[in-house]
Amino acid sequence: MSGMKPKHQRLVLLVIAVAALIGAGLLAAWALRNQASYFYVPSDIVAEPPAPDKAVRLGGMVQVGSIKTADDGVTVHFVVSDGKVTVPVVYAGIVPDLFVEGSGVVAEGKMGTDGTFVASNLLAKHDENYMPRELDDMTDAQARATVSETSE
Amino acid sequence: MIMHIFANPKRFLGLATWLTPLLLVVGLVLTAGALTYGLFFAPADRLMGDTVRILYIHVPSAWLGMGGWTTIAIASLVELVWRHPLATIAARAAALPGAVFTAICLITGSIWGRPTWGTWWVWDGRLTSMLILLFLYFGYIALAGAVNREGASSRIPAIFGIVGAINIPIINRSVVWWNSLHQPPSITMGKSAIDPAFLWPLLIAMLGFSCIFGGVILARMRAILADIQTEARLRRKALSA
Repeated sequence: MSGMKPKHQRLVLLVIAVAALIGAGLLAAWALRNQASYFYVPSDIVAEPPAPDKAVRLGGMVQVGSIKTADDGVTVHFVVSDGKVTVPVVYAGIVPDLFVEGSGVVAEGKMGTDGTFVASNLLAKHDENYMPRELDDMTDAQARATVSETSE
Repeated sequence: MIMHIFANPKRFLGLATWLTPLLLVVGLVLTAGALTYGLFFAPADRLMGDTVRILYIHVPSAWLGMGGWTTIAIASLVELVWRHPLATIAARAAALPGAVFTAICLITGSIWGRPTWGTWWVWDGRLTSMLILLFLYFGYIALAGAVNREGASSRIPAIFGIVGAINIPIINRSVVWWNSLHQPPSITMGKSAIDPAFLWPLLIAMLGFSCIFGGVILARMRAILADIQTEARLRRKALSA
């Protein structure tokens, strides 16, 4: 380094420092990969069931055709899927506007002993697709085809 | 060397004198057009309805909140390696507008989250890393202010600016690395999951916001340079008196 101009020395030093910083950041992100996730997907819940009294969040897609409102009008049963496994969920309360079948949901609650997830709060998860309302006139299958076309 | 051309404050001022109003006017026209179209004429979203219109403010603000820190980091690098005094001034000038856009992003996101997700705030990866960005701005502004008043080395904020830049790729990747309530990116390399009816006003709003941001930074740089000149002149006067 002694033959280099001072500004080149500083450049080399800074590049090494930035590389070390990025390495440290990546390591930290890697170490946090489980803890920093906002929710568990059904596969996580089935692989490692949480203790019955532990509050967890379960996230995934509301399976099409699975929403059933009980006779009392406020209790809903539905199934959350991650494409591999499914977990049945029960929730009593007002559901968010975006809570629809085939859309994302995050349920906060506890795993019941009978394998049903008892949710105390529901959050709707919007996906990355933005569609004008005119597409509402299409059938569901057409809308889905349009969505997958534009997202590819 | 292109760097040396712009390192000369006189040449910079010659450029900034006409570029500042140009950027501000073009930016205001583009932003006004895009927001008028986005708020009143663009279609409502299939699921979110009219709340989707907040997109035209939220996304450009997020873009510039992150762009502001990227500016600070690049200017800090130039300051540390090439010792350009204008780089220091550019980094100082970018901090406050960057912080303002980050705050707008967080506030509009919160207002959007209430009807869409059913909550004002969650501690997921994207929201948390964006809040950290706002705190980093506060830290940078306080540090640069202290250095200015107390007369310590201006390299201290520059190092802070470079270290803090590690948060930018974390914000960007947070929705990919970790499960989050915030949706994954809609616009990725050459692909868009946003219908063209929403996408065009959004892209124009982003361009308009960016022009305003550039104009504000240039105006602030000119103000800082004028401050330095006034101080130097006062000092000379005090010495000769």
